[in-house]
Amino acid sequence: MEPANIDRTVFPEAAALEAESPTFSARGRRRPFAVRNLAPYGYISPTLLLIFVLMVIPIAMVVSYSFQDNVIVQKNPVFAGLANYTKVLTDPVFLTAIKNTLIFITLSTIAHLVLGLAFAMMLNTGLLSGLTKAVFRIIYILPWLFTIAVVAVIWRLMLDPYGVINYILTSIGVLQSEVNWLASPSTALWALTFINIWSGYPFFMISLLAGLQGISADLYEAAAVDGANGIQRFFNVTIPQLKPVLISMAVLDLIWTSQQFALIWMTTGGGPLNVTEMLSTYTYKQAFSSYEFATASAAAVIVLLLTMIMAFFYVRQLRER
Amino acid sequence: MTGETTRFRSRRTRLLGVVTAAILAVAAAGCGTGSGEGSAGSSAQGGAVTLEFAQWWGAELPEGSFQELMTEFESQNPNIKVKLLSAPYASTKQQLVSGAASKTLPDVVGLDGAWVNDFAKQGAITDLSALMADAKYDESQLASQIKVDGKTYMIPVVNFVYPLFVNKDLLSKAGVKAVPSTRSEFLDAAKKISALGGNVKGWALPLDTAVPNGVQNDVMSWLWASGGSMLTQDGKPNLTSPPVKSAVDYVKSLNDAGVIAPGALTMKEQDKVEKFTAGQVGMIIDSMAHINLIKKNSPDLHFTVAPIPAEDSFTGKRGIPYASWGVGIADSTQHKAEAFKLVQFLMSKEANAKLSTLANGFPGNNTAEPDFSKSDPLFKTAFDIYRKGYPANEFVGLPKSEDLMRTFAENLQLVLAGKQSVDDALNKTQQSWASVI
Repeated sequence: MEPANIDRTVFPEAAALEAESPTFSARGRRRPFAVRNLAPYGYISPTLLLIFVLMVIPIAMVVSYSFQDNVIVQKNPVFAGLANYTKVLTDPVFLTAIKNTLIFITLSTIAHLVLGLAFAMMLNTGLLSGLTKAVFRIIYILPWLFTIAVVAVIWRLMLDPYGVINYILTSIGVLQSEVNWLASPSTALWALTFINIWSGYPFFMISLLAGLQGISADLYEAAAVDGANGIQRFFNVTIPQLKPVLISMAVLDLIWTSQQFALIWMTTGGGPLNVTEMLSTYTYKQAFSSYEFATASAAAVIVLLLTMIMAFFYVRQLRER
Repeated sequence: MTGETTRFRSRRTRLLGVVTAAILAVAAAGCGTGSGEGSAGSSAQGGAVTLEFAQWWGAELPEGSFQELMTEFESQNPNIKVKLLSAPYASTKQQLVSGAASKTLPDVVGLDGAWVNDFAKQGAITDLSALMADAKYDESQLASQIKVDGKTYMIPVVNFVYPLFVNKDLLSKAGVKAVPSTRSEFLDAAKKISALGGNVKGWALPLDTAVPNGVQNDVMSWLWASGGSMLTQDGKPNLTSPPVKSAVDYVKSLNDAGVIAPGALTMKEQDKVEKFTAGQVGMIIDSMAHINLIKKNSPDLHFTVAPIPAEDSFTGKRGIPYASWGVGIADSTQHKAEAFKLVQFLMSKEANAKLSTLANGFPGNNTAEPDFSKSDPLFKTAFDIYRKGYPANEFVGLPKSEDLMRTFAENLQLVLAGKQSVDDALNKTQQSWASVI
């Protein structure tokens, strides 16, 4: 027996019943039902395609390269098992690069957070006038406006043995003679880290300023009523309220800084004597200078795994929020 | 709004989603079809072939001048069009490395001699010897060819030599009457210039490992200027030989004498040129291509170019380092004959002379005569130095030449930092090179 002809625009519940009922869907309505099921995939397909082409395929290729020998440069590469990973992990330069990268990203992230929070609190304080804060806001954000190439050129000039930094430090008596900040093995890594801190703190400052402005004044008033002084309010109100932002920013910064390449390449190139060699420059040199694409791929996969660990904590933090 | 309209729109929206997915799937399939076939960038439409020509030369020549040269070629070859892919040197290199890996090199490629061996071994660039034979091309007009395993893979189109640049004002202020011609004279002059004080040093040595060509231009040049070689007769590394040791010892003596500008371990080539331009360094070994740049940035700087000083007792012909704008053809191109016509045009007497004049370089065609009448007189001086000596660059054609330079630079850095002896540095570098060459 045929079902009654129901006007589903008048009786929407009937339409819902039809969608759920196998009896309805089995009768000459299969095509629209299939279209309805496919439609969501259609909408996300451009994104899926882009992710597949731009991320999944390249990552899969790099992973496969890392298990082959003489890949790309030889027409018929052979399977090499874990040989490339063994080679990379026993290369003293790679181990140096890991150590340097850890120092570089840890110091950068801590300094970014401290400086960013300090400047953000200054810009959020009620002790300064609006005009003063506007002026400082512009000054503080300036490093963020320069592209990394400009940052590298500026600091190479300033840190030159005959540059302005040495001139000032020798003039005021801090230094007895000029220091080769970027060319001396004892100072290059610290100088490079300093440049990275300088160029990266404004992003933290802006993000934390937004976080500070989102903290309700009621909390500070309540703390004041309870007799909390400035330091206590900072540690018991400001920091807990900013904690989600601080953790997210810190994890993101660890990931971003570990991928820093341009600044290192344009200032020290990993030298002198490998003291500023990072995972990024090591991988690049393996690929585009030594043409050891298999080794470079193995190094890249190791970097990917390390980054994924950090990304895991980032995602977990987001979920907790 | 009626229920019919709503249903129609809903159906249309769903249909749109499905159609989008279908189109993207077809597009993706289309993208995939071309990959792996090694197709280069050329195309043939209506009988005319369009060649893609990737190089960095267009970016370094006066604006539009290289395109004019290509228009001239197109007028001589109506069935061939040229699409220039011009980018700075570093970008071109990266694009070509990627293109070689994916077998999608443009039809004609600008090459540096340092890349040739690797591209040839990958099968990315084609054997030009065979194409020359097919076209019955007269090779005798070519000043040089870059070969791998006896086959030509690159033809140098324009050459740039690296003479000694000398700041005449600093030299006279230091009381040095003649431009140094021997190593002893150079050391003496460098000491006197450095003694002037005021942040001035005698010489600059860029040993940055990101782009380690300072080894080729500023270190090995001392060896080649005295007729030495870093390779054996059969092309194997010979870094422990007395001539190489003598050259490295000499560089160390310059460092020990305190005549090298500070910051050498991370100094880049452009830093060296800037310091010379600013009058902070008395002498550098540099590309003649920088003559105009230095004059433009510092019109009052009085400088000249001279042969690189040789060992005191040396009387033979002096090698002078050079770099080339070389040309090669992709092995994957469908239009090798047409691509070789473009190479022939670039190497023709007229076009090669014109290009050399535009680039302020020396022609790759023996018979081409660059017109330096409108150029700075220093180019004529450099041309005379070039003619009296011989072009020397033993890194050209070597496998992984940039990596070889980097290994050398890292070991030399240890020497200059006092952490390694010259003998140890050369022994280690020799071992490293022997595993590559």
